[in-house]
Amino acid sequence: MAELHVELVAADRKVWSGEASRVLARTTSGDIGIMAGHQPLLGVLESGPVTIRTTGETGEGTVVAAVHGGFISFADNKLSLLAEVAELSDEVDVDRAERDLERAKSDDDEVAQKRAEVRLAAAAAAK
Amino acid sequence: MGAQVRVYKRRIRSVTATKKITKAMEMIAASRVVKAQRQVAASTPYADELTRAVTAVASGSDVQHPITTEVENPTRAAVLLITSDRGLAGGYNSNAIKAAEKLTARLQGEGKGVASYVVGRKGISYYGFRNQPIAESFSGFTDNPTYADAKAVAAPIIEALELETSEGGVDEIHIVYTEFVSMMTQNPVQKRLLPLSLDDDSSTEDEAPKEVPPLYDFEPSSEGVLDALLPRYVESRIYNALLQSAASKHAATRRAMKSATDNADDLIKSLTRLANAARQADITQEISEIVGGANALADANAGSER
Repeated sequence: MAELHVELVAADRKVWSGEASRVLARTTSGDIGIMAGHQPLLGVLESGPVTIRTTGETGEGTVVAAVHGGFISFADNKLSLLAEVAELSDEVDVDRAERDLERAKSDDDEVAQKRAEVRLAAAAAAK
Repeated sequence: MGAQVRVYKRRIRSVTATKKITKAMEMIAASRVVKAQRQVAASTPYADELTRAVTAVASGSDVQHPITTEVENPTRAAVLLITSDRGLAGGYNSNAIKAAEKLTARLQGEGKGVASYVVGRKGISYYGFRNQPIAESFSGFTDNPTYADAKAVAAPIIEALELETSEGGVDEIHIVYTEFVSMMTQNPVQKRLLPLSLDDDSSTEDEAPKEVPPLYDFEPSSEGVLDALLPRYVESRIYNALLQSAASKHAATRRAMKSATDNADDLIKSLTRLANAARQADITQEISEIVGGANALADANAGSER
């Protein structure tokens, strides 16, 4: 199966990079799935989980990351996911995310609530 | 012990104590440089990708947007100066401030008003002492800046960019920071962040002939993408500048503390010599006093026996 190279980078570090067969992400105009050979694309990401179906030396598998805003750009069979903040699902501290969600709900802080929900969704999707 | 020797001994003790402190500061700074350098390296992929995206949109579309278009008559410019909170770093802060002053003078010579944004207590107190107006100031994180700090710095500047100049907005954004070249070399640099000048970053980032950027499909639209990219781009540039400045500051501190330690060594050496000479002089004097006394006694005895 055709592969594409994926780089998931946050503002202060490289979160994940490797080969993948398919990447699912949420842009401002809806979910988008990208496979090898897609036409060059530059889009704005919504907060949401990003699903990467990995291939190559890491083996078949799924990597899920919680991404909070950013960009997706694809060209020359190379996909870059740029996020201000990004966490892999196994880095998400579920207890803390749940606490944050509770606090955000009681404070009526929509941004924080959304962020916590995205992290929990990513953690749940990986299981 | 002679009084002179005691004075020298006391000075040696105090210089030794100072040396211990400077030595410790040198080592702390050295370890922080490494950490800061690592952070700079870690932030590079994001900055590179973002720059590539910005270049792609800017060159691949004819959208009129503040990120790419130069205003015909720029009347106000924002200057962001990055200094440190603490001194003891040689000429680090004064070099950065001098570069900012020069840039400000140049911009004012071109007939532009300048809004100063200052990071770091040293820069703030410089401007404060001279009663120069500061649009916005930030401090408390220069040693170890995070992305959130960069966002906080960028927010008012981006806001000013969106305002009309008559209402206190700006047309251009300049940034003055200290570039980390190596452990021994750090240069104050000033760059224009916005409007973007697409030709000058090719000289710094890739020497290879530029490949033609692919024709991108924009999602949702090229304006939408640019609108979203602009603040991120400014933030990431400021973040990079903050990190480089932090690394430069630690390197400058390390060098300043190294020369302080070396000076203390020299001082201790020459003081020890002086103390030894003084001790020897004391001994010589004591001996000559004893000999003189003995001679006088002998002379007196010889006189009485005769």
